Amino acid sequence: MANDIFTDKKVDHVKGSRQFIADEPHIAFHDKRLWTLRELRDKEAHGIPEWEQLRELASAIKSHTLTHLADYLEEFERNATANGVTVHWAKDAAEHNRIVHEILAARGVETLVKSKSMLTEECNMRPYLEERGITVVETDLGERIQQLDDEPPTHIVVPAVHKLAKDVAEVFADTIGTDRHNADPHYLAEGMRQDTRPYFIKAGAGMTGCNFAVAETGTVVTCTNEGNADLSGNVPPLYIASIGIEKLIPKMEHLGVFIRMLSRSALGSPITQYTSHFRAPRAGGESHFILVDNGRSDRLAMDDFWYSLKCIRCGACMNTCPVYRRSGGLSYGGVYAGPIGAIINPTFDLKKYSALPFASTLNGSCSNVCPVKINIHEQIYKWRQIVVEQGQVSFVKKESMKLAGKLLADPKRYRAWSSGAGKALAKLPRAFLYNPFNAWGKQRELPEPPKQTFHQWYAANRKPETEA
Amino acid sequence: MSSRDAILSKLRAAGRVPEPLPEVPLFDEGLPPVLDQFKASLARMGGQWVDAPAEGLDAWLGQRFAGAQVVCSAVPETMGTLRIATVTDPRALENVDVGIVRARFAVAETGSVWLSEAEYGVNSLGYLAQHLVVLLDPAAILPNLHHAYRQAAFADARYCALVTGPSATADIEGVLIRGAQGVRTLTVVALATPR
Repeated sequence: MANDIFTDKKVDHVKGSRQFIADEPHIAFHDKRLWTLRELRDKEAHGIPEWEQLRELASAIKSHTLTHLADYLEEFERNATANGVTVHWAKDAAEHNRIVHEILAARGVETLVKSKSMLTEECNMRPYLEERGITVVETDLGERIQQLDDEPPTHIVVPAVHKLAKDVAEVFADTIGTDRHNADPHYLAEGMRQDTRPYFIKAGAGMTGCNFAVAETGTVVTCTNEGNADLSGNVPPLYIASIGIEKLIPKMEHLGVFIRMLSRSALGSPITQYTSHFRAPRAGGESHFILVDNGRSDRLAMDDFWYSLKCIRCGACMNTCPVYRRSGGLSYGGVYAGPIGAIINPTFDLKKYSALPFASTLNGSCSNVCPVKINIHEQIYKWRQIVVEQGQVSFVKKESMKLAGKLLADPKRYRAWSSGAGKALAKLPRAFLYNPFNAWGKQRELPEPPKQTFHQWYAANRKPETEA
Repeated sequence: MSSRDAILSKLRAAGRVPEPLPEVPLFDEGLPPVLDQFKASLARMGGQWVDAPAEGLDAWLGQRFAGAQVVCSAVPETMGTLRIATVTDPRALENVDVGIVRARFAVAETGSVWLSEAEYGVNSLGYLAQHLVVLLDPAAILPNLHHAYRQAAFADARYCALVTGPSATADIEGVLIRGAQGVRTLTVVALATPR
């Protein structure tokens, strides 16, 4: 599955979900853990009277920056260069990977320690460097678990959230030699700390992603909890940051708005343990910033979808999404899962990811929790229209939609059907509803069918009154 | 055309209608007293607060970190066993048990302390040490992040961080673990800056 992300193979979200759903303890934990994050987020958001104002500001600052992006990138480049940083530009993933390799190869670097970066995932950088003899060590616990298990991250903030502690115990026993029978998270985290620490000391280079890039000062900002980004950036002699060009913000003072919302939206904590600002190389050190496009400039030109470039990768839309919580990140088959994945992945490859806009109930919860006010569910709906127009919908879905269209367009036929359906549902034996062929009977109890349709109830209770 | 110029011209050709940049208010009306708020936020993020130790800093350190072999100090208030000024290679701090630094300022809203290369001496001190002790002048606490990000210090430092409690992770089954890859504990000691 991991490898299919970087092939043309069409993603079958339903099939992918089925693998995840098959195991009840996993899906139950996944659902509960992510909903807990959503609840923690709500508590934080409700504690800040100006929360909605902050969302408006964040969205407006991003709109301004994206509509002046070329200017701000030039300003960022100018300032970073003046600070002594070498700035590189990569039009796509391949160029990004080549640049990183050239920097490392020219300095004879054999080991690279890195913190979590969705961009380097997007570029599929790790295998590229490993094929060229460079050892790449992910130093975020969740990301390291995924690296050692040869799986992509399944969530943009908590990469191994689909795994239980016993799964981690298996992975670590096979790879870093912890006790297979000890699944205590404290023991496992300590095992990873002990295993990772020597890499920080011997690594020739450290690498991070970038949460925000400040044009005014040429600063790269990372928001992390484990201390691994600061170790990667401050221990080895060489530091490289990969920056998606949409990460720009104009001024330092704008960080106040974003930092106040990022971790509150992601994990329900007021701030990450470390909010770190890399402006200039330290005395005797060397810094490189790589500005990466990889499809972003194309997206900026899409009238209906350029708003998705505002995303600050908090994951709140994933935590709140009932489909994501019950299908798991792997089922999306792309670098980005959940609602944000459903609108970003199709911009890379519509054919491959045509199923993702349908992995949604369109309940709009994703848009409501988004700290930068991306209209996620509306974009999902727009993608559906494009997918249908381009004929990427499966035969069964197409035929059932045609039937539903006819039914819903004809009030008489609809009423006859709906009254019959309710009655039929009430009388059906359980085995008929909860069987492998009815997707709606899996992992849920169907609601009690109403005794009468709304139309019948209205006719019996209200009509005479209003007419009188 | 270079990739740089290709990207910039594509962005300009996207033809987005320019939108205005809003003013960001300070949002600082009706906030609780900064010291109380700082202590509460710090505790929430797993950090510990200690009032100025009556027995003196060295005596307190000896008690709090009994058994510590390497105590690396970047402050004049205590010598420790290793002076940061004698260290040049960041990797040389691998075996530090306790690091001692002084924060330039702090943020009440989040319980964060501000540290840069000027405070650390060698930045890795804040991350390779097992435990970090941060001296803080209670008069240097700002109310919120909007105030913090208007400090010129961000534009002057080569590297700086808002450090909030010890390193932490909840990547395995959501179990919160203090002491991930960085320091295992972080203690803020209230000590006015000597004038």
